[in-house]
Amino acid sequence: MALTKNIRCLDAVALISSYLDGGLGWRERRRLEHHLAGCPACTAYLDQLRVTVASTSTLTPEDVPSDVLDGLLDVFEKFHRDQD
Amino acid sequence: MDDAALLQRVVAGDASAFRELVVRYHPTLVKVARYYVGSAATAEDVAQDTWIAVMKGAASFEGRSSFKTWLLRILVNRARKTGTREHRQIPTDPVDPRQAQRFDERGMWREAPAPFTDVIDGRLSSAPLLAAVRAAISELPEPQQAVVTLRDVEGLSTEEVADLLDLSVANVRVILHRGRSKVRDAVESTVRGGE
Repeated sequence: MALTKNIRCLDAVALISSYLDGGLGWRERRRLEHHLAGCPACTAYLDQLRVTVASTSTLTPEDVPSDVLDGLLDVFEKFHRDQD
Repeated sequence: MDDAALLQRVVAGDASAFRELVVRYHPTLVKVARYYVGSAATAEDVAQDTWIAVMKGAASFEGRSSFKTWLLRILVNRARKTGTREHRQIPTDPVDPRQAQRFDERGMWREAPAPFTDVIDGRLSSAPLLAAVRAAISELPEPQQAVVTLRDVEGLSTEEVADLLDLSVANVRVILHRGRSKVRDAVESTVRGGE
């Protein structure tokens, strides 16, 4: 849990989400990477957030309620019948 | 089958293709609509109206954007017209007050976090983990829910999310940071519970 001269853990954590997305400017990125190099705790947090985002990206859609689905399909079929 | 192929079938009147698109995207539409409108019921109505607009407009879709972007744009335009919310308070401070409690007065961790990789290894998409992630997202405040869903579930870029929701990229990053950090908390509880 090193306290680097430029950045505190509290500030590093606020940058990590954007860092994962490649959204930091070079100066901020360098500052964060310098901090991470000496701080196992923030490096662990980076790992945690990376795993969290990876898990989120594997979510499948929730079920659509059957009445909603049936209602939309009724409208769809009527629309195409009227087109014919 | 990809979205574009399904849409072609929708134009030809294939109800099963339309059903597949609804199954893929309806939950996301409801979450994004909720960002604009005051109730879950109105968000559901806006999402359903969007599908009706899609079935009527499918033949005129020119493919200049992806189907997903086109669909979300229709939704957002409708939700904005319907929306009755006051102007939202969008956080700009990257330091989340809730998260700040985990640090001492020098800004250092009170209790160091442990990496997930060692514990989770190979269980990234295990059912309990995904259930915890899903539940955590559904409990986020609406702006975080919309942004996390669009960015991390649907895979839009930060810039696309900003453009769609009419927010600055910096705002999206702050909202995303806060949302992801709450989802991380849920993953941590699950991981610790499973040790």
